[in-house]
Amino acid sequence: MNRVQAIFSKQNRALLSELVRTDFKLRYQGSVLGYAWSLLRPLLLFVILYIVFVRFLKLGTEIPHFPVYLLLGIVVWNFFTEMTVQSLGSIVGRGDLIRKIRIPRWIIVFSSSISALINLGLNLIVVAIFMAINHVALSDTIFLVPLFLIEVYLFALGISLILSALFVKFRDVGYIWEVILQAGFYMTPILYPLSRIPNLTLQKLILLNPMAQAIQGIRYNAVTHQAVTTQHIFNSTWLALIPFAFVVIALVGGLLYFKSQADSFAENI
Amino acid sequence: MADEIAIKVEGVSKSFKLPHEKQSSIKGALINTLRGGNRSYEKQEVLKNISLEIKKGEFFGIVGRNGSGKSTLLKMLAGIYKATSGEIQVNGKLTPFIELGVGFNQELTGRENVYLNGALLGFSRKEMDAMYDDIVEFAELEKFMDQKLKNYSSGMQVRLAFSIAIRAKTDILLVDEVLAVGDAIFQQKCYDYFQQVKDSDRTVVFISHDMGAVQAFCDRAMLIDKSKHLLTGHPQEVAARYSEILASAESKKDKNQNNDLVHAGVGGAEIVGAELMNLSGEPVTKVSEGEGFTVRVHFVSTKNIENPVFGLGIMGLNNESIVGPNTRDSEIRLSKLPKKGYFDATFTDLPLSTGTYRIRASIMNESVTIPYDFVEQLTKVTVTGKKRFGDIYLEPKWDVSTASGGRNE
Repeated sequence: MNRVQAIFSKQNRALLSELVRTDFKLRYQGSVLGYAWSLLRPLLLFVILYIVFVRFLKLGTEIPHFPVYLLLGIVVWNFFTEMTVQSLGSIVGRGDLIRKIRIPRWIIVFSSSISALINLGLNLIVVAIFMAINHVALSDTIFLVPLFLIEVYLFALGISLILSALFVKFRDVGYIWEVILQAGFYMTPILYPLSRIPNLTLQKLILLNPMAQAIQGIRYNAVTHQAVTTQHIFNSTWLALIPFAFVVIALVGGLLYFKSQADSFAENI
Repeated sequence: MADEIAIKVEGVSKSFKLPHEKQSSIKGALINTLRGGNRSYEKQEVLKNISLEIKKGEFFGIVGRNGSGKSTLLKMLAGIYKATSGEIQVNGKLTPFIELGVGFNQELTGRENVYLNGALLGFSRKEMDAMYDDIVEFAELEKFMDQKLKNYSSGMQVRLAFSIAIRAKTDILLVDEVLAVGDAIFQQKCYDYFQQVKDSDRTVVFISHDMGAVQAFCDRAMLIDKSKHLLTGHPQEVAARYSEILASAESKKDKNQNNDLVHAGVGGAEIVGAELMNLSGEPVTKVSEGEGFTVRVHFVSTKNIENPVFGLGIMGLNNESIVGPNTRDSEIRLSKLPKKGYFDATFTDLPLSTGTYRIRASIMNESVTIPYDFVEQLTKVTVTGKKRFGDIYLEPKWDVSTASGGRNE
């Protein structure tokens, strides 16, 4: 209990809020539109993907409110990308601090994750507006959506901790992670409805990925019951739990690895 | 209270793994592992078996040459590095930083930086609001707080950093060479603050090259050389030992140095070395105040050089030129530079104060416009004696008859 109290001590909270504040002040410095880019970036990406995949390639015609469905997927995936990429470079990027001052190392990764969360919040407001425009009927299980978001956050946090610590020792991690993210984007049913995959085993495999499972879960509870979730295709509850197991493994592994490396950050950077 | 221990260091060693070539890639690491372990790492021991105890309220100095390991020790006290072996115990709250202005961001305004820096020291926004005006006033930067830090001069940045840093209400203060920066007025402010801290019951660990400051403030000091703990004791004692080490290192260096002189000139003649001698012609490295010395400068020439001019300069510690005579000013005419030779420059009645001075030499053309060779750091001379203010000591003829109520008789 004492340790939890120490983690959220007054000093740490003050430091965290100051780091997040700085991050936001610096992020869009020198750009005319400033913070608006936080919203514009995913929206523009959405427009491109919408034109190419929905208008030209006619994907998702069987799914009601497909544009909202697509946007929601992009926003959640973008959050995962942004959080992991920013956390990855966060320890090295703050090398000057780490070498000259004693602050809890995890605060740096944590502050990157909070910045990403704030952005996610802003983006979800846009999604909500789109939902209203499209007259998406609110499902009575919409309250489950935050739980899925928490799952995505914890998964991303675990990965962020591992990546940020690895990056101190191996700068290749940055490039490797970029490729993995690119592959992950297509291996997750963001652009295409999962039902388009003809092979049921392949569908199952895709849904074992926590990101796929969470995005489909969010879509199911927020936009349309047409979204295929783990409940639909796994007959065994145990199999449906596998994505959660991945989240737990990433989080615990991340915490342990980060903790084992944190003491030597100052000399390895 | 007085005898309580603030910091206890027991048998602490620290070593770093230094890769032979930079190995920040997985491929490199893979190849390494395949070859059988960390073969291309070299272990460098930065500190060997250091033990010390610092009492509460003590002003404790750590002295040593560059690379002796003293900053590493301070970083370990601050909790930034972890000791490889041994144990460090700290009783009381410790400043977490060892340098001023850590985390200052050039793209943020002065105001924003104050809050950020405050948070790094553990202050909440509310607490910072309460002391903000004092910080700005102490730094004398009222008009600049809404400007970006990149528009500040370095002196302004240091002032701001210092005035935030002194708000840290910790029991133990760690200070690494802050006095090296800032102008004389700022240094005076630092000294005043140090005096204030010394008078309070806070503990200070102070790293410096400035033996004057160490002797003025420290109750005790510790000398580290080549990763080892040499001596802990009275600051005077430590300072004396430190200057011995410096002198012996200098003389060793001087012997090897002749090969790596830095030349600046058009070529044709080359200064190859120098010797320092006392007035009896014996080689020395030190002279006493008031005593004279001779600098013998050896040169070679590869070209036919007519009517050369020899120059010699003495420079103070801050590289300011004190004197710079040459043979032309002394109205000595030389006809032709030999292939190999030397010239002597002898100073008698030396007015230099105590300290170490750099000597430079040059060989120039007749009009003193083109240097054939110019060596900025040829050799050094150390003058020993009573410490006086200034690089040069000139005795004035005082008249105080109207400035005092008669002589003390």
